[in-house]
Amino acid sequence: MWFLCVFYHRLLDFRKPEVEALAELFGEDESLQWRLPEHHHNDTPFHFVQLSSEEIAQNIAKRSILVKGMYELWGEGTCYEELKESIQSFPDSRKLPFLTSDSTFRISVETFGKALTFDEQKERIHSLTYIPFEGKVNLKNPDHNFFLMEMDESEESNGLPPIVQRRIFFGREVGFADRKLLPTFQLKSRTYLGPTAMDAEMAFLMANQANAASGKLVYDPFVGTGSILVSAARFGAMTMGADIDIRVVRDGRGPDCNVWSNFKQYGLPAPVALLRMDNNVPPWRSGLKEIFDAIICDPPYGVRAGGRKSGGRKILRGTVDPYTVPEDKRTGHIPSTGAYSLVECVHDLLHLAARMLVMKGRLVFFFPVLRDECGSEVKFPEHPCFKLVAVSEQILSSRYSRVLLTMVKVEPYSDEVEEAARLMHLEFRENHLKWLEEGNIHSSVFKPSTDSSQIQTESKTFKDPKPKYRGKYV
Amino acid sequence: MRLITHNMLSCNIKGVKNGFPLKIEAEKVIEKEVDFNPDFLRHMFAKIEWKALVEAARSMGYAELPEDSPDATVIESADETFLRKLHHALLELHLEEGALVCPETGRKFPVNKGIPNMLLHEDEV
Repeated sequence: MWFLCVFYHRLLDFRKPEVEALAELFGEDESLQWRLPEHHHNDTPFHFVQLSSEEIAQNIAKRSILVKGMYELWGEGTCYEELKESIQSFPDSRKLPFLTSDSTFRISVETFGKALTFDEQKERIHSLTYIPFEGKVNLKNPDHNFFLMEMDESEESNGLPPIVQRRIFFGREVGFADRKLLPTFQLKSRTYLGPTAMDAEMAFLMANQANAASGKLVYDPFVGTGSILVSAARFGAMTMGADIDIRVVRDGRGPDCNVWSNFKQYGLPAPVALLRMDNNVPPWRSGLKEIFDAIICDPPYGVRAGGRKSGGRKILRGTVDPYTVPEDKRTGHIPSTGAYSLVECVHDLLHLAARMLVMKGRLVFFFPVLRDECGSEVKFPEHPCFKLVAVSEQILSSRYSRVLLTMVKVEPYSDEVEEAARLMHLEFRENHLKWLEEGNIHSSVFKPSTDSSQIQTESKTFKDPKPKYRGKYV
Repeated sequence: MRLITHNMLSCNIKGVKNGFPLKIEAEKVIEKEVDFNPDFLRHMFAKIEWKALVEAARSMGYAELPEDSPDATVIESADETFLRKLHHALLELHLEEGALVCPETGRKFPVNKGIPNMLLHEDEV
């Protein structure tokens, strides 16, 4: 069945992947088919998607963050006459069960890129008299919600490419996103925050990509204040987190302001475990594997926060020879940690996921990308156990973006994979300084801009190869 | 720290061969009630090192678990007596203060405020 899927006009790159991930969660086994309305650009809020039942469509919409509504389309057209023909040719058998006299209904008018006055809306609703509504109107709590959606041909608006042709849709609502979650979970009312706490909306999108659900165990190796796990726990998953910074996981800012309290605040079950460890040399017992259903994280990629790993800062840099901590100073010794390069961090993350995820388990993480690389093909991390299923870019500045990658484990963890990872681990240790430079994006993000006068003269003629929309979240 | 975590951890100091299971030195053990989720327990049971769990539970003062790992029929059966015990041992017992001790080297990994500190010293990596 085809459904009209209308999105919020935000986080454009995250919208279809969210629906696809949720379709998988709710039992859709084929990859989804999408279709665009005539003359629409891919970034339009209006999409058609094929799903096997109305129930799945409803489940997806209810659990999603970016689906404004999922509709059974009754008709569409470029003008109201065309719409009328289209609705009239829609089979009665599909319409009449929702128009009976014992039911209640409401018709709402929605527009995109234009505004209608109350009178104009009323006029449009009254023009629908050719639909044999028998039921009573109920604006507060109707049995059936109908939507009339209209967009005009337009100049470029809100950064979207111009729409060539006016389009009107009429449909019956099947489900919509529960965005009430967002004000409840917004960071400004969160008790314990860190500098890189994940925004609530994004955290929910990540949990959806990870198919977080009841009975599953979700792990975040860079847990920080727990902002990502909170969203997974909200969807019923058991959670577990680790961090190398003990002050964050153990102490927080006091007894009622720490990672635990962030879960308590929302009445969510506390994480199964919080521990301090180094993802570079994880203390998992040998033989332990395939225990997590999903791994979700925002690795420290060295722009706002840099990663650390054990081994001693100076030893790793090679400025002092390896030393032994004296016996009498071992208790309470605070080990020195060295810089953890992005490449190594991602390598360890993929290895962890290959080993610890169940088959078909999901790895969801952010990966930084320099925007001037965007024109050329960006190379994302790869691993023989994983298939990349979704890529969603969020533009952070003119210099760089972060890309949410979703990978699914498709091959079991093997001895060869383990051995390859061990050798790579030694290589990173051996050539610590070389790897620190490799893939260091901090300097590119913060480098002073080149001669500004030159840029000003060139900016008119030089068009960014990749379209970018205004606004932080679009 | 709950015993589900203990069952996953070992001492990973360079060169250590038998870093599992870590011995528990319990200073303060607390119990917290957790919602019972049979599906989750069944999923976890397959991953548990049974002997290590029994021993760990004992060192925390809980001796209700059978010595030998029960077979799959007990896990799948409608009678939840065993699952309840497993639930209590895995998820409701907390080591709040104490240490995890490496069986090979005797290295102590402290547990404070319920958080095990598994970070290695510079000369242990």
